[in-house]
Amino acid sequence: MKKIYVREEVCMGCGLCRVYCQTEHSRSKDIIKAFKRETPRPLPRIRVERNGETCFSIQCRHCDEPVCVYSCLTGAMRKDPASGTVTIDADRCTGCWTCILVCPYGALTRDENRKAVAKCDLCPDQEVPVCVANCPNEALVLTIEEIAH
Amino acid sequence: MAKARTLKTKYLIIGNSAGGIGAAEAIREVDKAGSITIVSDEPYHCYSRPLIAKYLTGERTFEGMLFRPLDFYEQNAIDARLGHTVTGLGLDKRTAALESGERITWERLLIASGGVPIVPDTTGLDKRGVFNFISLDDARAISELVDSATKAVVIGGGLIGISATEALSKRGLEVTVVEMKDRILNTILDEEASRMAAETLENAGIRVITDNTVAEIMGKDWVSSVVLSDGEEIPCSLLVVAIGVLPRIDLVQGADIKVNRGIVVDRTMATNYPDVYACGDVSEAYDFVLDTNRLTPIWPNAHIGGRVAGYNMAGVRTEYPGGTAMNSLNYFGLDIAAAGIATPPEKNVYECVSRREDGTYKKLVMKDDIILGMVCIGDIEKSGILYSLMKDRVNVRKFKGALLADNFGLVSLPRRLWRERLGAPQPEQVVELPEEEEMEDVMDE
Ligand SMILES: Cc1cc2nc3c(=O)[nH]c(=O)nc-3n(C[C@H](O)[C@H](O)[C@H](O)COP(=O)(O)OP(=O)(O)OC[C@H]3O[C@@H](n4cnc5c(N)ncnc54)[C@H](O)[C@@H]3O)c2cc1C
Repeated sequence: MKKIYVREEVCMGCGLCRVYCQTEHSRSKDIIKAFKRETPRPLPRIRVERNGETCFSIQCRHCDEPVCVYSCLTGAMRKDPASGTVTIDADRCTGCWTCILVCPYGALTRDENRKAVAKCDLCPDQEVPVCVANCPNEALVLTIEEIAH
Repeated sequence: MAKARTLKTKYLIIGNSAGGIGAAEAIREVDKAGSITIVSDEPYHCYSRPLIAKYLTGERTFEGMLFRPLDFYEQNAIDARLGHTVTGLGLDKRTAALESGERITWERLLIASGGVPIVPDTTGLDKRGVFNFISLDDARAISELVDSATKAVVIGGGLIGISATEALSKRGLEVTVVEMKDRILNTILDEEASRMAAETLENAGIRVITDNTVAEIMGKDWVSSVVLSDGEEIPCSLLVVAIGVLPRIDLVQGADIKVNRGIVVDRTMATNYPDVYACGDVSEAYDFVLDTNRLTPIWPNAHIGGRVAGYNMAGVRTEYPGGTAMNSLNYFGLDIAAAGIATPPEKNVYECVSRREDGTYKKLVMKDDIILGMVCIGDIEKSGILYSLMKDRVNVRKFKGALLADNFGLVSLPRRLWRERLGAPQPEQVVELPEEEEMEDVMDE
């Protein structure tokens, strides 16, 4: 399965990962249109955290024991057995945000328009997730790992 | 009469909901062949119980409430006997009797029978128009009447009562909710948060009555009004009784199974009786905040407890990490995340810090610098980080000041804690990215 890690020692906190994430999850996939013209505005699924000199970005860890999946009241959240990706079915999600309360990473976002949680999907249309592909300092790295059982 | 059949199964699960499904899935992960039978008296494919409120509002159809896809039982080779009641257990002989007269013999048993609504001793409860609100059938029955009713009363200002209140209000009814204690959601929230929740309901046109209770239900055949303890009469043609649920322990009453308020289970979700397990609303399982067993009737605890039970039933030893009272609610758009002890029993032993800004509220309850309770309103996206500190019993003395700050995040924690959470890649697993030639071309020009 794919996993994304951050090497915070080389993260500059530039936020490009967030910009590309937002664009990738837009309808137009156009950086300018996505920001200026799309309503509702597409949501980025990655957070950039800063505290003084320290910064890093964080997105869903696609945990081996996904407590969000086990806590989901509706069955909208699943861990795909084949890819290991933790996915959200926005139509089944009721926006109760129980997953948000149990995520130790604070990696989930409320999509208030859809009343559904928005999260990292590892960019299913891309070989390399866009946050990793576009990190100018290679602070984000992609790995391919075995799915733990 | 045909002779009653006896059915043999390796794993018998009573209850087709959060707990039962969690167990069945865990068993199938580790035992592909052992026969699994799920029995439930509700004649439905497993559905999300909390969504009955959205069914009542019309936001969800039954199909939209399904907790698992329609082919779930088939895909997992589960014999689902839906619409069947287990009427008795023979623990020593490892049998279960069904209402139909059939018998099931089992090797491992899980009791995930959930709860039954508490019935108050109010007179007039037998009138028509009076309902509970814990099952799809309840929601369906109410649904059928909703369009011909204009006024409803809900008894009980807890999670289920307020869910019913919101749903009925959204269907256009004039709703009054009556809570016996001095504030609604009093077991989940602290005073400030309860007040904010009550205000939100009132802004939606709901009347919230506290410190009061329904003394009598009036009406001939149908309910026509309720009379409160203080004498006030409130007209209504629909009455929802939601004063709580109790563990559904009828099957083990008088058996050699340890029952306190619920069925007592250890950290493997096993009861004191060999090969008999329990989970969910019927069980008293480990609570990591109180460091003792207690009832914590919420969906995630039932499901996670069920998974742990399932693994252990299939012979893979697994420990329940423990759960606590933990709820994420949103009534009329007000997001609330709360867990643990929201209102400390003795003020001087616990330290409370809180912060209120327009529309948002955050509070932590601590003891010896360990978080034991939390409430977040409005701003809830980082609540999971606080919850994880509580769950891991992290000493927060050195960074307490940051916990309620606006920009609180993972990075506010000591480096050791966030570093551990971020994880580190194994060098040999890192994917080499292609060189970005185009970019260099542009730069050369
Ligand atoms: C309106 C409402 C809103 C809720 N909102 C939330 C929420 O927001 N968050 C949250 O975490 N929780 C919520 N809950 C609570 C949550 O639904 C329960 O904690 C959860 O359903 C418990 O699951 P369980 O598997 O233990 O039992 P249950 O879901 O109660 O299922 C038990 C099943 O076993 C069947 N059964 C029992 N005995 C027998 C027998 N002898 N024979 C055959 N079948 C039997 C029952 O009929 C039932 O179908 C809500 C509940 C309600 C009613």
